Amino acid sequence: MALNEATAHELITRLQQREVTARELVQATLDRIDAVDGQINAFISIDAEGALTHADEIDRRRAKNEPLGPLAGIPIALKDVLCVRGGRTTCGSKILEHYIAPYDATAVAQLRAADAIIIGKTNMDEFAMGSSCENSYFGPTLNPRDPERVPGGSSGGSAAAVAADETILALGTDTGGSVRQPAGYCGVVGLKPTYGRVSRYGLVAYASSLDQIGPISKDVEDTALLLQAIAGHDPRDSTSIDVPVPDYLAGLKDGIKGLKVGLAQEHFPAGLDAEVATAAQSAAATLADAGAELVDVQLPVAGHPEYCIGTYYLIAMGEASANLTRYDGVKYGHRAEGDLNLQEMYLRTRSEGFGEEVKRRIMLGTYALSAGYYDAYYRKAQQVRTLIRQDFEKAFTTCDILLSPVAPTTAFRLGEQTDDPLQMYLNDIYTASVNLAGIPGISVPYANGADGLPIGIQLLAPPLEEAKLLRMAYALERTTA
Amino acid sequence: MRYETVIGMEVHVELQTASKMFCGCAADHFQVEANTHICPVCTAQPGALPVINGRAMELTAMTGLALHCQIRPHNVFARKNYLYPDLPKGYQVSQYELPLCEDGWVEITSEDGPKKIGVERVHLEEDTGKLQHTGRASLIDYNRAGVPLMEIVTDASIRSADEAFDYLNKIRQVVRYLGASSGDMEKGAMRCEANISIRPEGSDEFGTKVEVKNLNSFRAVRNAIAYEVERQQQVIEEGGQVRQVTMGWDEQMGVTREQRSKETSEDYRYFPEPDLLDVHLEVEWINRVGRELPELPADKAARFSEIYGLNQKDIAVLIEDAAVAAYFEEAAQHSGADPKSVANWVTGEIFRRLNDEDVLIADAKVSPAALVELLALVKDGAINQNAAREVFTELWEKGGSPAAIVETKGLKQISDTSELDEAVAKVIEANPDAAEKIKDGNLKTVQFLMGQVMKETRGKANPQLVQELIKKQLRV
Repeated sequence: MALNEATAHELITRLQQREVTARELVQATLDRIDAVDGQINAFISIDAEGALTHADEIDRRRAKNEPLGPLAGIPIALKDVLCVRGGRTTCGSKILEHYIAPYDATAVAQLRAADAIIIGKTNMDEFAMGSSCENSYFGPTLNPRDPERVPGGSSGGSAAAVAADETILALGTDTGGSVRQPAGYCGVVGLKPTYGRVSRYGLVAYASSLDQIGPISKDVEDTALLLQAIAGHDPRDSTSIDVPVPDYLAGLKDGIKGLKVGLAQEHFPAGLDAEVATAAQSAAATLADAGAELVDVQLPVAGHPEYCIGTYYLIAMGEASANLTRYDGVKYGHRAEGDLNLQEMYLRTRSEGFGEEVKRRIMLGTYALSAGYYDAYYRKAQQVRTLIRQDFEKAFTTCDILLSPVAPTTAFRLGEQTDDPLQMYLNDIYTASVNLAGIPGISVPYANGADGLPIGIQLLAPPLEEAKLLRMAYALERTTA
Repeated sequence: MRYETVIGMEVHVELQTASKMFCGCAADHFQVEANTHICPVCTAQPGALPVINGRAMELTAMTGLALHCQIRPHNVFARKNYLYPDLPKGYQVSQYELPLCEDGWVEITSEDGPKKIGVERVHLEEDTGKLQHTGRASLIDYNRAGVPLMEIVTDASIRSADEAFDYLNKIRQVVRYLGASSGDMEKGAMRCEANISIRPEGSDEFGTKVEVKNLNSFRAVRNAIAYEVERQQQVIEEGGQVRQVTMGWDEQMGVTREQRSKETSEDYRYFPEPDLLDVHLEVEWINRVGRELPELPADKAARFSEIYGLNQKDIAVLIEDAAVAAYFEEAAQHSGADPKSVANWVTGEIFRRLNDEDVLIADAKVSPAALVELLALVKDGAINQNAAREVFTELWEKGGSPAAIVETKGLKQISDTSELDEAVAKVIEANPDAAEKIKDGNLKTVQFLMGQVMKETRGKANPQLVQELIKKQLRV
């Protein structure tokens, strides 16, 4: 197996045993990027020189037996919504095409402390708004499993880069499913941690109360490794949780005997794609074989897309409309040229700098927050959000883990849903409620559809129960191997 | 027709915290090189997040308590959305539905005596940057962006420009006492807006209010209100109607001018700031803040009246500045000190010097102990008033001990009758005309001779004794 095809936990051992060097590993991923990224377009920027220099430094330190971080020498790709000091951070947008971040995101600083090697920034739907990675100013990313299909979104570049072996690890961000859905579509593992488990400082905000950074990797063990490196309280993020980080690897392989896996009937409506439904039921059955107990649960609000999708988009767009006001051409980023007065400068800058979907969401969000509509939309959505959270709380009184599909279908064709934003929004029916509730969720590849494309399974756990979630995901992964 | 003026005020006070409201940058921005106190947070770099400044919460709660407000245990920060270059994020983080302090009052002095002005709310927000227009370019300084700003809003119970003036003065006094703010209007640390309307006297309904902004000095507050009231009366008397607009005060021309009135249709789209969690203040925290409150001006005034028996005018001057009040007290409590003469000197000679030289009492070289010693020398007759002023001048400029200064300068009062007899005799001899006048019953001329004796003794003569001796020698 080529170096770039291996997992991080395998490579860490091989690096430690001096079988390979960090330079060889980084070079292998860079070669792979050279070979395939012209087609896949998973990356917006690649820092080959910086990555190799860093790799050499790691190798030198290892040669001197200096202490190294847990991810020493492992290449990682970052969704281009995470600030890396001195590097371009575009958010997939023209408006930030040339923006150089003056600081490191906390998660990035943690990766540096773990001695991981940042090889580049990955493509994404503009400002993380999208489910297909087609809304990027830098062109769409293609699904490595089938270049006619989308990789999912918004972290499509990160999922595709991992799936195409262009990197060993990646970070994405998940606001309504943006890590889990592309992981599902590309056949890799993607985790959205509990809201507040990973610092959002330096994650360019789409919807502040929903955004979380999450690992994308080839297997569950790598996800646990990566989460270990980035989880923790950050005084710079008031919404981060001040609770000690457990050892996610410690009990990973302990099995799932006695754990209760809940299935909500609402997650299997009549019209659900038969392959997807079958895969989820089969996954539940194999977990039962492995010692889990299956239970039926109800999610009368959280299980209904008509509540969740509306609530999710009202809150996300409302927050986004304010979060994106700072891109006004005054301080940084694109500014319209010409002899313009202030209003014209704002109007032209934002009209030129933002893509269609971003403009749509800013307008919808602005509307939802407007005087006279606030109570009917934004406030109401917050009330429904509380009901959704309570739904999950109640469900978790009778089970440890919830199991559902990740998305209603396998990866769709490029261009298939771009003309119908509402259809596109329905990609999030299994994932958005999870962000609204703030609970952790993971997408694990489980089966392949008749089209040969991966079908992912979503597992959910109560807040801060990532260890249990990963244990269940690890067990599920074993049944597919 | 006679009209009643109805005024509500919004006062913005910049808090004197070390760091800004939501980041670690220094909050100080007055005469600081542009854009040197900035960071990713206060310049709204993508991905940067706010963290609440706890000290700003404390100072606001202290102000609320000093204004007799209820402190709300459940606090929510909200985003106030509007687009302007001095506002880096495109929204101001403020408090909307749930302010930190509510339902308080301030006692002011009105024409009819003491009066309570209702304080509807005191809340916390962040300041904007500063724009500077130079020809065709506009420059922005973000040093001020994110500086903690406290907003104090009254009800509509202010009835005149004088009341507004006194209210503002009381607010400034309180924030200065608390060390919450410098309260300097000329430096922009305190900014004021007034909502002004008039109505026929006796009416219960409110007239249409006009918001007047840009009140950057105490004088501006008084003048702008007076002008606006006059203007509204004229509009009504000419059969017109006051329109609900936002006006700006033009200090130079002394008029209010309508500002672009897009303000009226502005929708700030407030919603809870998702980057901050709700703040739940524990009773213990609120109690601790309450215990930290220093003695407030009103309490100090009552105490000064009771303990030192001072008149209201002196008290008002003494308590204006807490440091001055403390200086007075330290002196007044010295053994043997007479509080009234201490007050006279502090409000007289010391204040004159402080104002003339624009220095603070903290920097005065005359210690309270020295002042008391000086007053004792006068009281004991060791020096006269003239000499006392000379000693004070020396103390003010160089410090030191009054007794030593009296000694070195030879200012000790001459109360020795034989020595003075000689001087008086000499002066009478040299001024026979004056002596005759006095003998003829023109006693005012005694003053003239006294002046001559003072001259003769280089100001050291005991004036009472001199007067007696003159009368004695002339047998009047």
